[in-house]
Amino acid sequence: MNFTLKIWRQRDAHSKGEFKEYKVTDISSDTSFLEMLDILNNDLVHKGEEPVAFDHDCREGICGMCSLHIDGHAHGPSQAVTTCQIYMRQFKDGATITVEPWRSAAFPVIRDLVVNRGAYDEILQAGGFVSVRTNSVPDGNAIPIPQADAEESMDAAACVGCGACAATCKNGSAMLFVAARVSSLAKLPQGRVEGARRAKSMVAKMDELGFGNCTNTGACQAECPKGISIAHIARLNREFLAAKLED
Amino acid sequence: MGCFLTNSSLGRKLVMSISGCFLVLFLLFHMAMNVVALIGDGSAYNVICGFLGANWYALVGTAVLALGVLVHFVYAFILTWQNRKARGNVRYAVTVTEKGVDWSSKNMLLLGVIVILGLLLHLTHFWSKMMLVELMGQHANNLGLAPTDGAALIQYTFSQWYNVVLYLVWFAALWLHLNHGVWSMFQTVGWANDTWLPRLKCIAKLVSGLIFLGFAVVAVVFYIKSLCPCC
Repeated sequence: MNFTLKIWRQRDAHSKGEFKEYKVTDISSDTSFLEMLDILNNDLVHKGEEPVAFDHDCREGICGMCSLHIDGHAHGPSQAVTTCQIYMRQFKDGATITVEPWRSAAFPVIRDLVVNRGAYDEILQAGGFVSVRTNSVPDGNAIPIPQADAEESMDAAACVGCGACAATCKNGSAMLFVAARVSSLAKLPQGRVEGARRAKSMVAKMDELGFGNCTNTGACQAECPKGISIAHIARLNREFLAAKLED
Repeated sequence: MGCFLTNSSLGRKLVMSISGCFLVLFLLFHMAMNVVALIGDGSAYNVICGFLGANWYALVGTAVLALGVLVHFVYAFILTWQNRKARGNVRYAVTVTEKGVDWSSKNMLLLGVIVILGLLLHLTHFWSKMMLVELMGQHANNLGLAPTDGAALIQYTFSQWYNVVLYLVWFAALWLHLNHGVWSMFQTVGWANDTWLPRLKCIAKLVSGLIFLGFAVVAVVFYIKSLCPCC
């Protein structure tokens, strides 16, 4: 398969970026999108040009490191997968593919397609600790947790913190990420203890870092590689407002 | 509390939700009132107009309503300004409409501005010829109608085709705005989950559809009446 790639190139955070066109040829349909970029980079290095910088790590959809806005979609055209899980057979032979970095004021471009997602780490840190018993291993059934609650908590915990939600949102809002973090702990007795403080601190940090206000468009949910539901945003709203009313 | 309603993103959204809920309730009341104009010769509607003239409770109601509109409008501009800033200066070269995302949810400010412009037109057509005339101590408006003769004013306004078109555009914008707004206000206060989100979206469609039809039918019926006085 052959493709024309329009890739955003930017030397560093302070430089002006622009799109550059590259041709990749004889690409196997079973090549993953990131492997295709590896092949392009190999060609560029052989030609003595700078390779395209992009984030990646586990390449099996669990680390949240890969990003990329491909043809208008965060993590490409497929539903509920990360960029590392898309394959070239999902594109038409001869297609022109536009690849951009996440665009959000809170995620500044570091180089080419790499953005600084440290803002999400800061929100996570603001969430603080969870009270758990140390010493000997507690009995597995000491704290009964209803199956539905455990499932809901795990659904929220599936968030890999990739930043697709804020990158997709027209308001640059990080609500789906914060909601997933708050919700996964709020549904469990272990995380319940600090629930109110956690919701308030994470929302305050999110606002402080300049993320936008959620307007419930649902675009984040549609583009989330882990299919996190905006119902978790409703829970975050509930947790936050209840905590504020108790103040 | 005051700080949280202005300083926190979730607080600001709460203000939008509560003020929006108040305005939806008012629209339901106004729509129900308008439908009365279709009954009989309009005297039943004029009784309601008499109740809602320059009385202290109607004036307090109008002031509270104006405050609700103002808060909703001002907060909408503040939120949109902050959201544009959060989005950053460089925009995507390629954009798409994500699966399951309504056009109206991404264009609430545009729809809101159309609604406000329609409201200004509506206040010129009706409020300035009814309550304002009474407040000025006059017994007839510039059309020579009594300020409590709402039925005749409706008949006059909707006998002009361009008014009917303008009002229908206004109602359509309101319909789209509420299609998103009604379920969104429940989501914002946290009264939603995976079971209730589809239900709330369905309720939003019913409420917005009812409000649109209730308002539109009055404009259309009075226009038809003006074409055919025997109807």
